[in-house]
Amino acid sequence: MAETQFKIWRGDKDGGEYKNYTTDVTEGMVVLDAVHQIQAESANDLAVRWNCKAGKCGSCSAEVNGRPRLMCMTRMSDLPPGEEVTIEPMQTFPVEKDLVTDVSWNYRVKEKIPKLAPRPADNEDGSWKIDTVDTDRVQEFRKCIECYLCQDVCHVLREHDLHDEFIGPRFLVYTAGLEMQPIDIETRTKQLKEEYGIGYCNITKCCTTVCPESIKITDNAIIPLKERVADDFYDPLKKLMRIFKK
Amino acid sequence: MSEFQIHEYDVLVIGAGGAGLSAAIKASASDVSVGLICKSLLGKAHTVMAEGGVAAAMANVDERDGWKVHFADTMRGGQYLNNPRMAELHAKEAPDRVRELEAWGALFDRTKEGKILQRNFGGHRYPRLAHVGDRTGLEMIRTLQDHGIHQGIKFHMEVTVFRLIKEGDRVVGAFAYDREKGRFSLHKAKAVIMATGGYGRAFKVTSNSWEYTGDGHTLAYDAGAELIDMEFIQFHPTGMVWPPSVRGILVTEGVRGEGGVLKNSDGKRFMFDDIPDNYVNQTADNEDEGWRYTQGDRDARRPPELLTRDHVARCIVNQIKAGKGSPHGGVFLDIAWIKEHIPGAEAHIQKKLPSMYHQFKELAGIDITKEPMEVGPTTHYAMGGIHVDGDTQMSTVPGLFAAGECAAGLHGANRLGGNSLSDLLVFGSRAGEYAAQHAKGVDQVTISDDVIEGLKKEALAPLERFDESPGDAQGPYQIQYELQDFMQALVGIVRVEDEMQEALGKIGALQEKVKSVSACGNREYNPGWHTALDLHNLLTVAEAATRAGIVRKESRGAHFREDFPDKSEEFSKVNIIVNKEADGSMNVRQVPTKPKTDEQIAIIEENA
Repeated sequence: MAETQFKIWRGDKDGGEYKNYTTDVTEGMVVLDAVHQIQAESANDLAVRWNCKAGKCGSCSAEVNGRPRLMCMTRMSDLPPGEEVTIEPMQTFPVEKDLVTDVSWNYRVKEKIPKLAPRPADNEDGSWKIDTVDTDRVQEFRKCIECYLCQDVCHVLREHDLHDEFIGPRFLVYTAGLEMQPIDIETRTKQLKEEYGIGYCNITKCCTTVCPESIKITDNAIIPLKERVADDFYDPLKKLMRIFKK
Repeated sequence: MSEFQIHEYDVLVIGAGGAGLSAAIKASASDVSVGLICKSLLGKAHTVMAEGGVAAAMANVDERDGWKVHFADTMRGGQYLNNPRMAELHAKEAPDRVRELEAWGALFDRTKEGKILQRNFGGHRYPRLAHVGDRTGLEMIRTLQDHGIHQGIKFHMEVTVFRLIKEGDRVVGAFAYDREKGRFSLHKAKAVIMATGGYGRAFKVTSNSWEYTGDGHTLAYDAGAELIDMEFIQFHPTGMVWPPSVRGILVTEGVRGEGGVLKNSDGKRFMFDDIPDNYVNQTADNEDEGWRYTQGDRDARRPPELLTRDHVARCIVNQIKAGKGSPHGGVFLDIAWIKEHIPGAEAHIQKKLPSMYHQFKELAGIDITKEPMEVGPTTHYAMGGIHVDGDTQMSTVPGLFAAGECAAGLHGANRLGGNSLSDLLVFGSRAGEYAAQHAKGVDQVTISDDVIEGLKKEALAPLERFDESPGDAQGPYQIQYELQDFMQALVGIVRVEDEMQEALGKIGALQEKVKSVSACGNREYNPGWHTALDLHNLLTVAEAATRAGIVRKESRGAHFREDFPDKSEEFSKVNIIVNKEADGSMNVRQVPTKPKTDEQIAIIEENA
């Protein structure tokens, strides 16, 4: 491969524009390599967030040719050859600068979700007896690297801007991880229904499509949570019991 | 001059990897106010990349294990330059720290009985590493993060500390800037804990991220703290070598723990040819025994692929030098071969090593369940760091503590895989506990505006230099690349006096260049400016590593000298310390190693 054209969004919260750059693309390069090369060669102050460059930390999320991706895991050779590559910041979050967005909302959301409440330990040394079948299901959710690409692509957040009413796929996965944690005894279905806006999700599965960890967000996390909410709040027998309790 | 924010804490933690989060959680449990500054977003620190597992002698898989064996293994791996007190505390306390993580939500892989499963790893006598597939670090940092956010700790994300502030001989705070806007902030603190990780970015081929620029080492050194064992830098034997853009990315030792073997271009398992004397008794002498070991046969000895990292890395270098390397300058690491032994091996590999499967598939287009990987050594870990007290983790400067990779002592001349994650938990917790205790006994001080104004001016200098004369720009990236190139070539896996002296000369020249480094743009999220400020740190640790390397005229652990290829009796008894003199120069001196107790000596002999 050789010289490739890039169109990179430059600017801040007050606005910005696409700027054109050209750099040499060599074998095996990923989009983040190209961005770094441009940064070193011709745009020292180009802002990009990254850490591990190995798909493990979830820092370098952006939109490459309109698709939410990790720049470090997007190989240049997988993009259409000879065509210009467009790189933009995630659209769901406010821009800080260039490709860097303000994702602090995600951190605030997580803080309000009740943390793990473990049942008393099973063994004297403070440990628990947990079977592999019980860890397997939750380990899928715990693969999440918090890249927030699922939040970026979710139309409830992206188009409808319901950040105050809906916690987004990432935190539904997080809540599912807590709800299905084998030693946890807390219940979070009331919050899911009333505060976390689980009803807003209409199962379009966009989040699942963009997840770089291939977590089946909709099928394995969100739908089971919806079922739990339905069980707890819409099951006629349980509803009756709630009335009697009052 | 611009305004700056002021924060006041009893304990200030710098760094939010495993050590920093452990420290902050423990400190906040002692009823003190805790602030935590991290260079990136929370949950992104380097711990997230740790793969293989956390070493703790819980004896869940093999009841013969216990703290004494773990202690002896750690000392042997470190070639007895370790601080024995730290090695003992670490071995004793790691199991409790792992169980604590479980109580906070970590879900490790399980044994059939529902206990935490433990796996084999290089230099560990018994299966000892608690793990979650090959993403143990992610599980750990996420658990600490998700627990830590509910402990009343104040987090400052994407903030970089520029200098520590002292009053008299005490550290009393830190001066920092944020990435987003370049705003300055003063963090007053009664005790400061360094948990900033290492400095792999001083080298060209590294598994470390941009953050790893030796910040904590240098901040402490500039504040008068001693650094110790700086000549020992771990080159992990297996990093990716192809394609070029991913060179250095880690390939977990877990691949070998699960039965992966190293081969040269002749298809030969070369590791059997070179087994060090002090490991002969513990190492398999045929391929079948090695395989049985990885599959849990308690009577089998470990395959030579699971010897210590320093040794395996050197064997790989020797193969490459002898012309028996792989096409892209590495050797072959083969896990696909286990299909000879295991039905359904492909699914088994994907279950045990999911992120390795993913990493090679996505980045190199290689299916590790079908074909061998190409691997070669990569700069991975700094054994050396801030000289701390083994019990309290306080440095030689009052009020300044350190834990994790930026502290030193536990690992000696070479770290065993898995011992870093347990190090973070054990000594992060200890640092938090003792820093909180220290904070309760001292007062907050007033820091004068003059000090702050001076620091602001210094921090802004690279931007101002560019504005004044953009034509003479000395770019920060070029200096960084130059340093990485020659450190890799001259102070790498195989060292020799002349080359290290040459490196020292080049470091000196770059230190002069840095005085005129400039950065274009403004203060808002400007990586060029940040890189310019990090250069001082990188050059300081590079100088310390090189000077210490020159003084240690022997080969031991990770420090291999072609001109002194053997161990020396004289150097077996000393650690090397560097500190900053009043005139700003770097002083290097030898100190006797910390004495072992009679009990410790007996344990080492029993477990020979």
